[in-house]
Amino acid sequence: MEPVQLLSPDGTFTPDPAWPLEVTPQLCRDFYRRMVLARRFDDEALALQRQGELGLWLQSRGQEAAQVGSILALRDTDYVFPSYREQAAALCRGLTPAELLVQWRGNALSGWDPARYRFHIYTLVLAAQLPHATGYAMGVQRDGTDEIVAVYFGDGASSEGEANEAFNWAAAAGVPLLFFCQNNHWAISTPTHIQMRAPLHQRARGFGLDAHVVDGNDVLAVHAVTRAVAEQIRAGGGPALIEAVTYRMAGHSTSDDPTRYRTASELDSWQARDPIARLESLMVAQGWIDEELRAQIARESDALAEETRRVCREFGPVDMTGMFSAVLAQQSPLLAEERRRHEALVVSYAD
Amino acid sequence: MTAVTQTVLESVQQFRLPDVGEGLEEATIVSWRVGVGDRVTHNQVLVEIETAKSLVELPSPFDGVVTELLAAEGETVKVGTPIISVGPEAAPPASQPEPTPSVLVGYGPAGDGGRRRRRRRPTASPAHPGLDGRVRAKPPVRKLARDLGVDLATVPATGPHGTITREDVERAAAPAPVEAPALVGAPEPDVTRIPASGVRKATAAAMVKSAFTAPHVTEFLTVDVTRSVKLVEELRAAPAYAGSKVTMLLLAARALIAAAKEFPDVNASWDDTAGEIVRHERVNLGIAAATPRGLVVPSVKDAGSLTLPQLAAAITELVQTAREGRAAPRDLTGGTITLTNIGVFGVDAGTPILNPGEAAILCLGQVRRTPWEHKGRIALRWTTQLALSFDHRLVDGELGSRVLARVGAILERPKWELMQL
Ligand SMILES: Cc1ncc(C[n+]2csc(CCOP(=O)(O)OP(=O)(O)O)c2C)c(N)n1
Ligand SMILES: [Mg+2]
Repeated sequence: MEPVQLLSPDGTFTPDPAWPLEVTPQLCRDFYRRMVLARRFDDEALALQRQGELGLWLQSRGQEAAQVGSILALRDTDYVFPSYREQAAALCRGLTPAELLVQWRGNALSGWDPARYRFHIYTLVLAAQLPHATGYAMGVQRDGTDEIVAVYFGDGASSEGEANEAFNWAAAAGVPLLFFCQNNHWAISTPTHIQMRAPLHQRARGFGLDAHVVDGNDVLAVHAVTRAVAEQIRAGGGPALIEAVTYRMAGHSTSDDPTRYRTASELDSWQARDPIARLESLMVAQGWIDEELRAQIARESDALAEETRRVCREFGPVDMTGMFSAVLAQQSPLLAEERRRHEALVVSYAD
Repeated sequence: MTAVTQTVLESVQQFRLPDVGEGLEEATIVSWRVGVGDRVTHNQVLVEIETAKSLVELPSPFDGVVTELLAAEGETVKVGTPIISVGPEAAPPASQPEPTPSVLVGYGPAGDGGRRRRRRRPTASPAHPGLDGRVRAKPPVRKLARDLGVDLATVPATGPHGTITREDVERAAAPAPVEAPALVGAPEPDVTRIPASGVRKATAAAMVKSAFTAPHVTEFLTVDVTRSVKLVEELRAAPAYAGSKVTMLLLAARALIAAAKEFPDVNASWDDTAGEIVRHERVNLGIAAATPRGLVVPSVKDAGSLTLPQLAAAITELVQTAREGRAAPRDLTGGTITLTNIGVFGVDAGTPILNPGEAAILCLGQVRRTPWEHKGRIALRWTTQLALSFDHRLVDGELGSRVLARVGAILERPKWELMQL
């Protein structure tokens, strides 16, 4: 099964009657702006990690179309369970740079109030969010509202037992849940093709899920497919899975060096399919982008970058003493000793 | 790019080496991208560093002018050490640096040369520090102890929280000076004690040294060598090989030499003292030979320069002299890569231990008739298993795999491949 594609890598739009989408200048400008801002934010966070301001960062570079196209196809009230690199999706829900950074600085265990944004906290235990989402969707089902639930996860996470339990149970229970996999070809250094013999969308059908595969670097295709599938779920059609074929253009995290396990030519071939450049080609050809719009988006990006740097530097020192009292009800001698050592270390820092 | 308020400096600031990779202790300065007097803007790359994990570019957190580079290229610097000073546009070059404004992730305590105090000094603690009185060691360490026959309960722990580390186990396993009383006790009627001397003692020392310094990795490949078996028969009949022993070992030797020339990084040594990798320009091929006095590994010098008949003659001669105990010291040293043949003992494969100082050793298994897929059918073919051990300090899995695959490919299609050499 070929991934659904509406916009070819060179920016040519070909409508698909199976996945109708009214492509307007406004729609494209909105997608474009959000993807550019997301990438700028991501780059800024990377720089902050390299400057010692963040402990770790997992970049979303290359996956902007998959995230922006999909989350904007949901209602703002649909509850979303992200994994850990869904910055582009999070920004669409209005999360702030401070909320997105604070946990990676170590100042908080999670950054935002999930109820406020209808966007769950990041989950770092691979695939743990899939059963959570399934359970949440069972609740929605029992409430009888027309809300749906969406869960983001990676190709690697799909190998976890929990993912497959969730696929099965969601299908068996018929809950209103959209499984959205960003197949970015890599799980740290493990390529997708050695993790599974059958493509994920094919496996999903075996569980009884309605499944689709889409070009994840084509924001229009992602949007068209997600919108249609979301509405089908909302209408009571049961859970579904979308596999968005995309590419992690950066390392797995700031601790990772992808040149150790993948070739420059592979990266090049995906750079030619960059989701932002692709949409821009269409907009240029259609005359939907001019210097004024570019300048306006550049100003907005600069402001976002500046805010990102500012809030990160304002976080201040990290207080981790809470960890020692939060896990066990009673202090053990070992914990007390560790706490004492930690406090001595903190005192030893001059600044 | 417009200057951004909080990054513009009012006084000289230092940028300290951050921990870019979750718990790194240090990094090496690879190259500076800026020099003293250069104007820099925030996020402009200042320097490229190499950590234990990767090469990383560090972007400037400031807008200003570089007043000083505090670490030289090639220098290894602890996390938290100031590496560059940047001042305001018009700053006098030598103004005193301001204290760094806030505690940043991974930065160490000041007044200590930037040394991080994360790790406590390893002080040996008794083996049972746990609250529950259990020995604490991670699973790979437990496995190592099992493999080395070390009882963890007897090992002093130096790791965090009283855990036993890999080094603790290795220390416990290292041959300790033998304590006499244990040996001169009661007579042991069921054992024969043979003084270890000469080749046996040297072999033992070499194997222990190799096994406990070079992290070994062994890879296996089964190949269809039917064509090589036929070639061996043809060569035996050829006048150029009269007087030489022509066996599969000869073709394996030739294949290994070819692979070592093609992938010179495998024909190398690890120099611990100098902290360097020594790449040998010539392939001196060691041949492990079982002799009445024990295992010796004489080597054919500059084997890569020999024709196949010359190689056959050289190996025959060398093994013969070694068997007779006449090998010259020069023959027994200077090898750069080794071939061992356990196939002659009717064995399929083994995990050879490196000849000390070398990066790779190839082990040839027995050549046997095997049902094998050939041209889309199952046929009885001659196959053998190749095992390549390599020193993982300098040979990565990729390189090792390529070398092994190359040797296999040559033995699978020897004429075709050897013709190209
Ligand atoms: C249960 C569990 N196992 C292992 C890990 C370590 N780990 C973190 S990310 C990752 C790879 C995940 O790959 P994928 O699901 O494809 O997501 P991607 O990082 O590509 O977005 C692994 C193995 C983890 N976080 N949780
Ligand atoms: Mg992945």
